[in-house]
Amino acid sequence: MSESLTALYVFILACFIGYYVIWGVTPSLHTPLVALTNAISGIVLVGALLVTGLDEAGWLASGMGFFAVLLASINVFGGFLVTHRMLSMFKKKK
Amino acid sequence: MALSMNQLAVAYLVSAVLFIFALKGLTHPATARRGNLFGMLGMVIALGATLLGTEVQDYLLIIIAGVIGAGIGIAVALRIQMTAMPQLVAALHSFVGMAAVLVAIGTFLNRAQAGTLNAVLMGELSAGIVIGAITFTGSVIAFAKLQGIMSGAPIKFAGQHLLNAGIAIVTVLLAVHFAMTGSVLSLLLMTLLAFVLGGTLIIPIGGADMPVIISMLNSYSGWAAAATGFTLHNDLLIIVGALVGFSGAILSYIMCRAMNRSIINVVFGGFGTDASGGDSAGAVAAEKGIKSASVDDAVYWMEDANKVIIVPGYGMAVAQAQHALKELMELLEARGVAVTFAIHPVAGRMPGHMNVLLAEADIPYDHVLEMDEINPQFQGAAVALVVGANDVVNPAAKEDASSPIYGMPILEAGRASQVYFLKRSMRPGYSGVDNLLFYQDNTSLIFGDAKDTIEGMVSALKGGGH
Repeated sequence: MSESLTALYVFILACFIGYYVIWGVTPSLHTPLVALTNAISGIVLVGALLVTGLDEAGWLASGMGFFAVLLASINVFGGFLVTHRMLSMFKKKK
Repeated sequence: MALSMNQLAVAYLVSAVLFIFALKGLTHPATARRGNLFGMLGMVIALGATLLGTEVQDYLLIIIAGVIGAGIGIAVALRIQMTAMPQLVAALHSFVGMAAVLVAIGTFLNRAQAGTLNAVLMGELSAGIVIGAITFTGSVIAFAKLQGIMSGAPIKFAGQHLLNAGIAIVTVLLAVHFAMTGSVLSLLLMTLLAFVLGGTLIIPIGGADMPVIISMLNSYSGWAAAATGFTLHNDLLIIVGALVGFSGAILSYIMCRAMNRSIINVVFGGFGTDASGGDSAGAVAAEKGIKSASVDDAVYWMEDANKVIIVPGYGMAVAQAQHALKELMELLEARGVAVTFAIHPVAGRMPGHMNVLLAEADIPYDHVLEMDEINPQFQGAAVALVVGANDVVNPAAKEDASSPIYGMPILEAGRASQVYFLKRSMRPGYSGVDNLLFYQDNTSLIFGDAKDTIEGMVSALKGGGH
């Protein structure tokens, strides 16, 4: 099986997990859900690290990687923190 | 010590599982914060393992960019107003899109230099670039509409859909050409057209459909991450991309269902207006046979009521009335009145927007009910107080088969004994449809800024008499 085909297997199965997990999310937390998915889609940072971190990368590729790392880091840090801030506000009656 | 490929794969697996638990945590407010911590842990493991892997050799640029990005992210997350969450989310979507484009082009450059390009890889790169670029400009437009930089009104012109279809077809052809030949010119043209397409796809969608746009772009940002995963053969990115992609897709579906419209209708429909209403609201209302009431009238009915249901909408967010509502809730509860908040799925500018604003005002989440739970309760409630909502309580959706919003599930506020509508003017809701509830015998409108009106109610209740 080729690498791309394995990737397709992983992708399709992950879609099913996504489907079932997301339907379980309570509607009152849909805004935090969007913010949390913002944070975890910052995982493209992994790709940005791989592009930027390559020793032989040319200046153009390094430059693109640099901005990709910067943007994805905003997502990761901003996303998790704002999700935390929001979730801390959801309280039950005292 | 550098991690081996197998160690790296195990770390990514652990991280993927943690992300799934993070989303699972959002099943209930009580477990949500722990879920977010799982998410953070997953991210730390994924990034730590990548940095320790053999593929990352040069750290200087990464550290500089990471510190700047983290600084901006933290500063924004700490300061952002909860009413501005839709804008923040749109901005964050655009960053994922742009990062995906940059990573794809950077990967192309690195692989071209190493001489390891092939058609499959270039096809995957094209997917990453196109989805990322559409996500980017689409989110920038959404941000501009939400921030008020651009009008929320749909921008429509003749042949719009044909133009979009044309751009999409040419983009795909360029992608195929690029994958087969590696032509840099095709790559650049394809990238450019995809950026254009992101904009032209979003401009015809009106401001009231923002919850759908936000959800859709959320989905795109996930698919962009997944496409990046395919190009890098990175299973973690693929898994996360699929989770996020489905999250956005399901939210889009839920939002569309709550408006009884298909996603096709939302994307191509160009629903909604941005008309500004006349100022002599009271006069227009009287002309149409609509009753208006004073703050004291409403307080008179509320203070001895068994039950008051508050229906917040986007107008509450605009007026920043949520803190005043919390005070009103406490004063009424002190008098033995049961106060509940009723949330329509598309109230506000993004899914769950109202819940966050009410939570911010310290209103306990068990007082905040979703449409299906609250609808049977309106019948027995003395007062329904509609604060800045309109279309979501319009009985035309049930009674008038010719209405554009016919079939949309609504909050049945009209079944309460008394309905008080807080309105700034007589202008219709975003759908542009007249609200039949205004003409009902038990309905009265209170004109003015929602926050001022509620503060007026609060002081009347505090004063004890009127």
